[in-house]
Amino acid sequence: MPCARRAGTNREASMNRRNLIASVAAMTTISLALPSWAQDEPLKVGFIYVGPVSDGGWTYQHDQGRLAVEQEFGDRVETTYLENVPEGVDAERALTQLALAGNDVIYATSFGYMDAVINVAAKFPDVKFEHNTGYKRADNVGTYDGRFYEGRAVTGTIAGRMTKSNKIGYIATFPIPEVIQGINSAYIHARKVNPDVEMRVVWAYSWFDPAKEADAANALMAEGVDVILQHTNSTAPLAQLQKAGKIGFGQASDMASFAPTPRVSSVYNNWGAHYVKSVGRILDGTWKPEAIWGGIGDGIVAIGEITEAVPAEVKAEAEALRDKIAAGEYHPFTGPLNKADGSVWLAEGQTATDEDLSGMNFYVEGITAELPQ
Amino acid sequence: MIRLVPRTDTPALLQGSTPVLAVLATMLAGGLLFAIMGYDPVTAIRTIFWDPLFGPAASYSRPQLLVKAAPLILIASGLAVGFRAGIWNIGAEGQYIIGAICGAAVALAAYPAPEMWIFPAMVIAGAAGGWAWGMIPALLRNWFGASEILVSLMLVYVAQRIAAWMAFGPMKNPEGFGMPGSRNLQQYPAAANPELIVGTGAHWGVVAAVLAVLATWFLMSRHIRGFHIRAAGTAPRAARFAGVKPETLVAFCLGLSGALAGMAGLFEVAGPAGQITDKIGVGYGFTAIIVAFLGRLHPLGILLAGLLLALTYIGGELAQLTLNLPGATVQVFQGMLLFFLLGFDLLTRYRITRRIAA
Repeated sequence: MPCARRAGTNREASMNRRNLIASVAAMTTISLALPSWAQDEPLKVGFIYVGPVSDGGWTYQHDQGRLAVEQEFGDRVETTYLENVPEGVDAERALTQLALAGNDVIYATSFGYMDAVINVAAKFPDVKFEHNTGYKRADNVGTYDGRFYEGRAVTGTIAGRMTKSNKIGYIATFPIPEVIQGINSAYIHARKVNPDVEMRVVWAYSWFDPAKEADAANALMAEGVDVILQHTNSTAPLAQLQKAGKIGFGQASDMASFAPTPRVSSVYNNWGAHYVKSVGRILDGTWKPEAIWGGIGDGIVAIGEITEAVPAEVKAEAEALRDKIAAGEYHPFTGPLNKADGSVWLAEGQTATDEDLSGMNFYVEGITAELPQ
Repeated sequence: MIRLVPRTDTPALLQGSTPVLAVLATMLAGGLLFAIMGYDPVTAIRTIFWDPLFGPAASYSRPQLLVKAAPLILIASGLAVGFRAGIWNIGAEGQYIIGAICGAAVALAAYPAPEMWIFPAMVIAGAAGGWAWGMIPALLRNWFGASEILVSLMLVYVAQRIAAWMAFGPMKNPEGFGMPGSRNLQQYPAAANPELIVGTGAHWGVVAAVLAVLATWFLMSRHIRGFHIRAAGTAPRAARFAGVKPETLVAFCLGLSGALAGMAGLFEVAGPAGQITDKIGVGYGFTAIIVAFLGRLHPLGILLAGLLLALTYIGGELAQLTLNLPGATVQVFQGMLLFFLLGFDLLTRYRITRRIAA
């Protein structure tokens, strides 16, 4: 019976006594209201989204992942989602409602849900949670994220080859490790194929703001930039590039409607690859709370089709890099690499550890811009 | 030709019943909308308005109503005082954000001290922050005649930027791996605003909301300042002759509503929200405007209206979960509610007459 199992499970030692009593009392009332489920019923899979499923970017890609789960497992799963759930005050309630609705696993698809996931997971030890892009885990909470910097290595290579002015631009979102990894990876690989390349960075301080992203693209082009990489999720920069006859890349989703030019390729999130694997593990009983950080090789990070606007030899070079990364033969952060202040970061042949990357707060040598702190 | 003619006298019954009519009209129009979209309208309306109160998981959702309604009621109580005087604070959202930041600043500066004074000091700092942010439009109006509507609204966007700066800069959790967001105040006992009685949802913000309702009721119906406010709203010239200083009223109303919004922000950031992020403003300051009008700018009405709006939030989530209604349903409902309310209000003050154009 769910009630007995829930109340009997050991909770985290850090939880104080008052909270413990509170959550046990809450769970008793909660569990009584729930029908107990039999084994042959479908696995209930819940998703919580920060945006609407129609956003054509971040949330859309997660919802594509949900649909991939339905397609893969058919009647063995039943999926539901809550969209437009703001981070902060509403997240905890929405997660609780998903758990109360009998979901066996809940995927929380935005960084800001992190503490809410940990709180709710402690009250529902029988429900499995996975939190996207976070770093807090528990007995029933795993995390999953993409190694987007692997994709930037490929698009950075194309950018370095394609620029005529030797100035490439990057529309960044917020100075957090994921974004800094992307800037560094793109720059390192552009410079590798074009030693004269310079990188300009504009901070949009938003993940999705078409007006601001368009301004950022125009500001970069005014400085002579002719290839733009973006970390922001709207198609506005591509629209500006199209007008100016310059090129860029799709981000988060494939943005194929701007192909073959200005969108010459893309780095997009293919969460379905993870969701199918994760749900499969729950179904066969091998799921564990892990810190999953998947890249091109795992299928989570995908490189969109490289269009005919890119010369065949550049395309072949980029695809060879992609395949080497996917096979694990090459790490995009391989020494010798120095930090922007000139100090040594990685010695010859040394590769960055995941700890290094997950706290990355510096530019590599060669990027002259100031990193906002 | 259709003309609107002011009514010479409005029946009290009609005036008092418009919120109820607006709710019923919203249910009807909402049901119609659901039917067009292919959902069963009766089930949808029942899921939104009935299930959170009496449905299978009501033991969880009922306390959540208080959690959701508390900031709305707290903010709307303050706004209503100003609205009665014809002073339009549209920027409670910004005052809420600044209050949250100022309150959290006290906690983060004191971390990890366990002293008892920390939480009360946070409440004072939150109120002071909201008050100060409300005083900017007040002073600009008093000194330069700037519209408090525009200034207070624009300051919301300034406050949002400050919140983003704080979350990525000075208040960033030093143990957060460079990720945005402050420490979680729920995990800092001296600063946390937890549930006071287990299973009720009631935190200090709920207590403050009830006190605010009582205090504004006393102010408006028993205190001379309340009389001045009502006089200034209904007959500004007469009020001036009676010795009411408009400047004082502007400062009082914007300061009061700012302080209450700031406190609401503090209670949220120390409780349900937990941390300062770039998204601490979730729209309570704007929804509270609907609450104030739906409650007829009367403290008791605001209490009920706050609970009703909270019901649409929680019921809307339930409808998403159980019926797969789109997430925008809640916003559509809230928008319709205000639309019908304003519409019915117009009809209580004006008569429609049809006349053939000459």
